[in-house]
Amino acid sequence: MSQLSTRHLLGIKDITAEDIQLIFETADNFKEVLNRPIKKVPSLRDITIANIFFENSTRTRLSFELAEKRLSADVVNFSSSTSSVKKGETLIDTVNNILSMKVDMVVMRHSSPGAPHFLAKNISANIVNAGDGTHEHPTQALLDAFSIREKLGDVAGKKVAIIGDILHSRVALSNIFCLQKLGAEIMVCGPTTLIPKHIQSLGVKVEHDVEKALKWCDVANVLRIQLERQQIKYFPSLREYSLYFGINKKMLDRLDKEIVIMHPGPINRGVELNSDVADSEHSIILQQVENGVAVRMAVLYLLAGVK
Amino acid sequence: MQKRLVLDQQQIAIILKRFCYQLIENHDTFENTVLLGLQPRGPIVLDKIVKTLQEISGIKVPFGYLDATFHRDDFRRRDFPLKANETKIDFLIEGKKVVLIDDVLYKGRSVRAALDAMIAFGRPQKVELMVLVDRKYTRDYPIMPDYCGVKVNTLESQYVSVEWTEKGFEKDAIWITEKA
Repeated sequence: MSQLSTRHLLGIKDITAEDIQLIFETADNFKEVLNRPIKKVPSLRDITIANIFFENSTRTRLSFELAEKRLSADVVNFSSSTSSVKKGETLIDTVNNILSMKVDMVVMRHSSPGAPHFLAKNISANIVNAGDGTHEHPTQALLDAFSIREKLGDVAGKKVAIIGDILHSRVALSNIFCLQKLGAEIMVCGPTTLIPKHIQSLGVKVEHDVEKALKWCDVANVLRIQLERQQIKYFPSLREYSLYFGINKKMLDRLDKEIVIMHPGPINRGVELNSDVADSEHSIILQQVENGVAVRMAVLYLLAGVK
Repeated sequence: MQKRLVLDQQQIAIILKRFCYQLIENHDTFENTVLLGLQPRGPIVLDKIVKTLQEISGIKVPFGYLDATFHRDDFRRRDFPLKANETKIDFLIEGKKVVLIDDVLYKGRSVRAALDAMIAFGRPQKVELMVLVDRKYTRDYPIMPDYCGVKVNTLESQYVSVEWTEKGFEKDAIWITEKA
């Protein structure tokens, strides 16, 4: 198979395990490209991509922009904070105006779950979801799984604990879908208030004791406490969260086993992860960032080839 | 399906040996030369050349595999995206003499893409092209081989199929077949 089963990447839920494998195999080749003295290929030189970000982002936006430029696409960037959205323009009007300027693909981040799905139904360009509210963040899940595959050889059969603010995380949901499709076992861990009700129905284990979760897993994917999404107090204080759910080097040393630590960033150092863990030999956080560009190149390349 | 044998195993072996002697004549100790096999089928020819060179003269030549999928000019003109193959080049080609190796030269588009892809590893001093089969009068680009096994006249309706024991065939052979 050399073609994706979809012309948009809206979420991991919508794609197949074969799609994910194809993206990984293509990303392997792009990773090699990124290690050349000249890190650029002309594959998308006839494509214009609009990065439409209605929410703040540093690494995702930068990663997409680099991926697009490495593929020789023309890139336009749109940020809602400096746009006509501030004057009351609707999402569809904003995007249609951008598309009238002959844009072929749209990479969109939006605070509303389903915004890219809405767009995909109304415009002709290929859509890549760069995060929609607390719903999905498919490219993050793909690069996470790709990084696990790179580090441990395979994803199938591995035990992955997703630890932290599961309730407000789009990364958690996409990771659960992606890792399960690839044959991994998943556990979510965090305070009761930050674990969604009925999450077991997705086939994941639930644990509230971080040490038990770390003992169980091969990989700990630690998530950020998303204070900006929290309208009410879910735990008494960051200090208390850190005390009960933060991960430090002493905990890892007590485990006396190989464990891979991941984090999609940005890290709240000293809250969910101590620096002695984030910067330790267990951590593959920077490899995740590096792999992000290759995986996003693969996604854009494959979507651009879908008729 | 009609099939016509172009080269049998013995003829291929003779050609590969000839290629090696030509390479030794032109590149002497291979001090400044590298060999690159064009994916997907060039590496099989390359591996045989490297092995034969080693047997003839004991020379170990730096070699690598080059994939030009991302540099092709027909991406998005096909029904499906092209699937890339592995590029494995552990050296820079800056200032080197490069010999590009492939099995069949047809339109010249793959070689053009390969020249483009190759530049990502440095600016070579000189580039030569080696092919087992040159399909005459079929070129879209002005590309000619420096080392050629055999030249054949073919129709658009024909296909040059290359069979290698490494790919599970009983013997090495090159055929001209009618496209289905």
